[in-house]
Amino acid sequence: MKKQKSKLAGLQKRKAIAGYLFISPFILGFLMFMIKPLIQSLSMAFCQVDLGPASFVQTYAGIKWFNHAFTIDADFVRQLTEVMTKMVINTFAVMVFSFFVALILNQKFHGRALVRAIFFLPVILSSGIVLGLEDNNSVAAQLADTIEQAASGISVTGAIEEIFKTAGVGTRAFEKVFEVIDGIYDVAIASGIQIIIFLSGLQTISSSMYEAADIEGCTAWEALWKITFPMISSLFLVNWIYTIIDFSMRSDNELISKIQVIMAGQLNYGLASAMSWVYFLVVMAFIAITSFLISKGVYYYE
Amino acid sequence: MSKVKVKKDNFWVRNRKSNGYLLKKTIMKYGISICRFILLFGMCFLILQPIFNKISISFMPEGDIYNPTVISIPAHPTSSNYELAAKLMNYQKSLFNSFFMSLAIAVIQVTMTTIVGYGFARFDFPFKKFWFACVMLVILVPPQTVSVSLHLHFRFFDILGLSKLITGDTINLKGSVLPYFMMSFLCMGLKNGLYIYMVRQFFRNIPKELEEAAYVDGCGTMKTFLRIMLPDAKPILTSCFLFAYVWQWTDGFYSSMFLGTTPLLSTTLNGLVEGLGAYMTRLVGSKTSVSVAYSNAVLSAGTMMFLLPLIILYLFAQKGFVESLSSSGIKM
Repeated sequence: MKKQKSKLAGLQKRKAIAGYLFISPFILGFLMFMIKPLIQSLSMAFCQVDLGPASFVQTYAGIKWFNHAFTIDADFVRQLTEVMTKMVINTFAVMVFSFFVALILNQKFHGRALVRAIFFLPVILSSGIVLGLEDNNSVAAQLADTIEQAASGISVTGAIEEIFKTAGVGTRAFEKVFEVIDGIYDVAIASGIQIIIFLSGLQTISSSMYEAADIEGCTAWEALWKITFPMISSLFLVNWIYTIIDFSMRSDNELISKIQVIMAGQLNYGLASAMSWVYFLVVMAFIAITSFLISKGVYYYE
Repeated sequence: MSKVKVKKDNFWVRNRKSNGYLLKKTIMKYGISICRFILLFGMCFLILQPIFNKISISFMPEGDIYNPTVISIPAHPTSSNYELAAKLMNYQKSLFNSFFMSLAIAVIQVTMTTIVGYGFARFDFPFKKFWFACVMLVILVPPQTVSVSLHLHFRFFDILGLSKLITGDTINLKGSVLPYFMMSFLCMGLKNGLYIYMVRQFFRNIPKELEEAAYVDGCGTMKTFLRIMLPDAKPILTSCFLFAYVWQWTDGFYSSMFLGTTPLLSTTLNGLVEGLGAYMTRLVGSKTSVSVAYSNAVLSAGTMMFLLPLIILYLFAQKGFVESLSSSGIKM
C-alpha cells in the first residue's frame, strides 16, 4: 500500500515536472518581456527620465507626472471620460449586434456559408493598420457628405430622427442610439470574433431541448429567453471582456495616439507611462466591476 | 409522382382541415425568410461596400474622382495608380519580406503556444492557477503599456550582464529582427495569450481516458503529445495559424517597433501617403502638395495590393477560419 502511494506521488511529481517543462517558454517570456517592462514602466511613471545618447537616467520625481496628467494637461481627463463612455456604448452595441447575427446565422438557409464568410471578413481585413487607414480616408467622407446634403430632403432615417427628437422625451438617450445606428459599420466590423464565439455556443445547445419545449407549447420567443439565453450566458461574459479589450487597444483610439505622440514625439517617457498606467487601471477596474456583475447572472448548465 | 401531385392539390383542403393553421404557418415561414434575406443582404452590403468603394477608386484617374457624374464605375479606367503604389511601396521586395516574415513568425508562435497551451490543459502542477492568471494578464495588458520599456530593453539588451562582462557594453538590438523572434519564441508576440487560451480550451475537452490508454500502451509524455494529441488538434491549429499569419501581416505596432528596417507591406503602406508627397516633390523639383483625391486613389490602390494576398488566402482557407473554430465547439 505504502509503496503504491509513493509510486503515485512519483508519477504526479513527474507529471508536474513535465507540465512545468511544457509551460516554461511562457514563464520565461512572461518574466522577461512582461513583468520586467511592466515594473520598469511603472517606475518610470514615478520618475524623471533623461535620455542620453547611450544611456538613460531615472531620478525619482514622486507623483509629478500623475499630477501633470490630471491637473495640467488640458485634454487628458476629457479624453479619458470620452473613451470610456464610447467604450460602454460600443460594447453594448457589439454584444447586441453579434448575438442577433449569431442567432440568424445559426438558422438553416441557402447561402449560409457565404454569409458567414462575409461576416467574418472584417476580422481579417480591418485589423491592424488597415483600420487606421480607413479613418483618414477623407475623400470618401467628403463624398458621403455631399451625397447626404443632396439627399437630406429624402433621407428616411433623418426624418425618423426628427420625429423622435421632437417628441421631446429623452432626447439625449435618443441621440446616443442614433450615434450607434450611424456607426453601425464600426459595430459590424468589430464583432467578427464575437459572432463566432456566440455561434460556437449556440451549436452546443442540444436540439432536443427545443423539441421538448416546443411540445410543451413554448413559443420561439419564450424559447429564446428560457433556453438560448441561459445556455450561452457564460459566453456573454467572455464576449464582454473581449470586446472591451479589443476596443481599448484599437489603433484609432485617440488616447493611445496621444500617449504615443508624447512618448515618441516629445520623448517624455515619464508622462507617457503615467498616462498609460492610469488608462490601463481604469479599464481594468471597469472590466473587474462589470464582469463581477455579469458573472452573478451567468447560469452554468453542468 | 402521382402521390406528390395529390399532396399539392390538397393544400387548401389540408388548410381547411387545420382551421387555417397551415396557411398561417406557410406565410410565416416565407415571411421570415424574406425578412432574413433583406436583413442579411443589407448587412453584407454594409461590410463589403468599403472594399468595393476602394476597388473603384483605385482604378480612377484624378479627374474621375472629382467628376460628380462618375460615381462608382470609372470613366477612364487606369492602372497607373497601381504602378505608382507598387513603385513607392517597393512592392515585390516587401511582399516577399512580408510573406516569409509572417510565415516564420506564425509557425514559431503557433508551435510555442500549442506546447504551452497543452501544458496548461493536460498537466497538474503547483501554482497552475497562478500561471494561468498570468496568461490572462498577458491578454489584458495592451502592448502599448510596455512598449516604452521594451524599447529600452532591446536598446540596452543584456542577458544577466554577460555581454557587459565580455565586451564592456550592452548590445543594441534595435532595428534588428532578433528581438521579435525572441518574443515570439517565448510566447509574447502579438495576441499570443489568446492563442494559448484557445489551444488550452481545445485540449481540455479531449477525454482523459485517451491519454491513460496511451500511457498504458507505453507512450511517454512527449509521444502522447506528438502522436495522440496533435493529430486531433488539426482544426484548432489551423485556425490559430491563420490568425497568427493574418494578424502578423496587418500588424503595424510590433512591425514598426521591431522590424522597422525590414521593408514590410504593413510599414510601407503606412508611409505611402508621405512617400507620395516626397516623390512628387522630387519629380517637380519644388515642394508640392498632392491633392487629396490623388493621394486617396494611390492609397486605395496600395491598400488593395496589401489586402489581395489576404483575400486570396481567405477564399481558400475560409472554412479553416470560420467552420473549424465554430464547429470544434470551444467552450469558454
